[in-house]
Amino acid sequence: MFKLENLNLHYGKKAVLSNINLEIKEGESVAVVGESASGKTTLMNHLYKLRPNQVAWCPQDEALVPSLSAFHNIYAGTLSEHRFLYNLRNLIRPYPHEYEKVERIAAALDLESALKTSVDQLSGGQKQRINIARAMIQKHAIFLADEPVSAQDDFHKVKIIKTITSSFNTCVFVFHDLDLALTCCQRIIGLAKGKILFDEHVSNVTKKQLSLVYSHHNTNLENLLV
Amino acid sequence: MSKALRTNQAMPFITSAKPMWQSSLFFIILTALCLPFLEFDIALTSPMNELKQMFLGLVQPNFMIDGIMSAFVHTIVFAIQAVVISVVIGFFFAQLYAFQGIRYLMGFLRSIHELFWALILIQLFGLTTLTGVLALVIPFSATFARVFSEIQQETTKLNYHQIKGSHFSRFIYSTLPLAWPRLSSYCRYRLECALRASVVLGFIGLPTIGFQLEGYLKLGHYHEVAALIFLFIGLVLSMRFWVNRFTLPVLFLFSVIWLPPTASTDNTSELSHTEFEESKWQVENLNRFIGDITPAPLKKTANVEDTNSDNIAKPLHELWQWFYSLFETQILPGIGYTLLLGQFAFALSAISGLLLFPILSKHMIKRKYYRNVGHFALTSLRCLPELLLAFIALIILGPSLLPGILAIGIHNGALIAHLVGLHSNELNLRKDTSSAPNTYFFELLPRIYGQFLSFTLYRGETILRETAILGILGIPTLGFFIDSAFEEFRLDRAFLLILVSAFLNIIAEALATRCRKHIHTHKPSRAVSSLTLIRN
Repeated sequence: MFKLENLNLHYGKKAVLSNINLEIKEGESVAVVGESASGKTTLMNHLYKLRPNQVAWCPQDEALVPSLSAFHNIYAGTLSEHRFLYNLRNLIRPYPHEYEKVERIAAALDLESALKTSVDQLSGGQKQRINIARAMIQKHAIFLADEPVSAQDDFHKVKIIKTITSSFNTCVFVFHDLDLALTCCQRIIGLAKGKILFDEHVSNVTKKQLSLVYSHHNTNLENLLV
Repeated sequence: MSKALRTNQAMPFITSAKPMWQSSLFFIILTALCLPFLEFDIALTSPMNELKQMFLGLVQPNFMIDGIMSAFVHTIVFAIQAVVISVVIGFFFAQLYAFQGIRYLMGFLRSIHELFWALILIQLFGLTTLTGVLALVIPFSATFARVFSEIQQETTKLNYHQIKGSHFSRFIYSTLPLAWPRLSSYCRYRLECALRASVVLGFIGLPTIGFQLEGYLKLGHYHEVAALIFLFIGLVLSMRFWVNRFTLPVLFLFSVIWLPPTASTDNTSELSHTEFEESKWQVENLNRFIGDITPAPLKKTANVEDTNSDNIAKPLHELWQWFYSLFETQILPGIGYTLLLGQFAFALSAISGLLLFPILSKHMIKRKYYRNVGHFALTSLRCLPELLLAFIALIILGPSLLPGILAIGIHNGALIAHLVGLHSNELNLRKDTSSAPNTYFFELLPRIYGQFLSFTLYRGETILRETAILGILGIPTLGFFIDSAFEEFRLDRAFLLILVSAFLNIIAEALATRCRKHIHTHKPSRAVSSLTLIRN
């Protein structure tokens, strides 16, 4: 699905990604991990740009429309699938079948009761799930998500990520939560200072590799790899 | 469909957009109710011919105009003197704005349009610099007082309460530095308004470029009109190059030396094209003025020395008759047309603001070059005074409400579009947004609508003031009857009509404030700062 060879990206003169080589195959679920400013978001943005029409996009900054209901925000993921007048009619008075479609996805993310409330009246966790639902409603093969569940509790985190991986063939996530990466994904890519430190199947990831990625944090690595 | 799903679908949406839709619906219904009263008589038989002449004028402007330099200097001098003096007075009264009496006084002073102030002041000081400057200073000071006080209130008081010391020390160490960027940007915008207002003063005889514009428009000399319009647009667009904190004091000093704001007109004798009167301020002028604005029946009584009981009831009856006849023939139709014109102009401003803002929005038009063209077009429309636009529309369409609606609607629509467009550029949209029409309705409109309503309601207050002055051009609003009363030298009538117009504006301001509170928009800080640009 994606093949990057010797990728170098800069913001002005500052190098953000250097000499990136990686391939993501169809059917894989990949977690990208690394400290803040290691280049994770830049990598995700680049992947999105490579196949914008095949990607269900779930950015870190939700950028939802505050005064619109959760239903309309989720439906907005499918705007390009319909004619403009159809969308306009659905904005003013939702079609029952469109509502049902959105509600099915919302139910999987515990959002049914919030569907008719405007986003500015919802909690941070609910907004994040709406962001996921907006991406999930898109009929695309690849799911790209940058920190999609950072505001959820541990139980919901795993449940939501498993719902996504079962709905999409290929998934690439950015996680801060190493436990989640190890539990829900098949492969982990470790980034540090814009370079790939390791790119391994979860079963092959070592404590040393993880300690290199999070060298400045006191993450309890012992517990993670038990 | 399961029962649970059906139940959920039947439930109403609970969105924060509800008060916005309610307000919008209210105004749509109000406009629809006014529709049957709208007259669209396009009286002129050959608007195409006039349009052709105007177009020829636009493509071949004639800049060789007698006295053009002097007219521009007068326009700038009036504006600069007025703004600098108003800022000082306004700032002083802003500190006293907590007193209800001051608030009412300021509300009253700004509710009378500068053109009406000029018509009153001409009676006292003649066509002098003092009249021109004071006509702007009075309403501008009152507006500055309100806006400065609002900016100070909106500026966070957190630091103020954390600092210990006298009120004045805390003010200059917390409130003032925080409010300063917004205060200075508002002053810059206000100078643009003052330049426009200064042009408008020319329409009643003061020697600004409005005087020349009116003359050339009446004669159909569109080559000269176009030249004046282009130069004025250039003047406003170039303001950021010649107005800053260093040049403004110098400009003010020179303007005061060259044309001191006094009632003496000696220094204006060089203006051969104007009909400046040689008049000097005398106390008798004030006495005469007070006599002139006293209702006619009361004046008669004052002249009669014998005051027995019959002579008390009779003048009261005559006063009532005087008022009733004025109410029936001028006040009522004047208010009716003012409100009608105001409502349609308000609706047109809102619609054109919503339709035009995308040409400035980076989310709708990707190429900066095209956005710059849009910016230039909107600024040009915005910097032309409504009175001038109405005059041009009147020539093309003939006398009806339509020219007034178009002029005010387009001018204010351009201003609203400009601010909403800038506000929309501060928004960060997602990468996966859909095509332009979908982006407009699903991303931009829901995000900017609250701000748009606030901007439009602020303009609504101004629109009603501007509507009244279109009467000068023959559109039968309150301004028409006021102008007629001045022409017939019936100052008692003019004064009462001005009071009625002021009262109408005060009510409109109160309604708009209420409506804004109802909408209760969540304002991002940058949007609040642009809000200050639209007040009055």
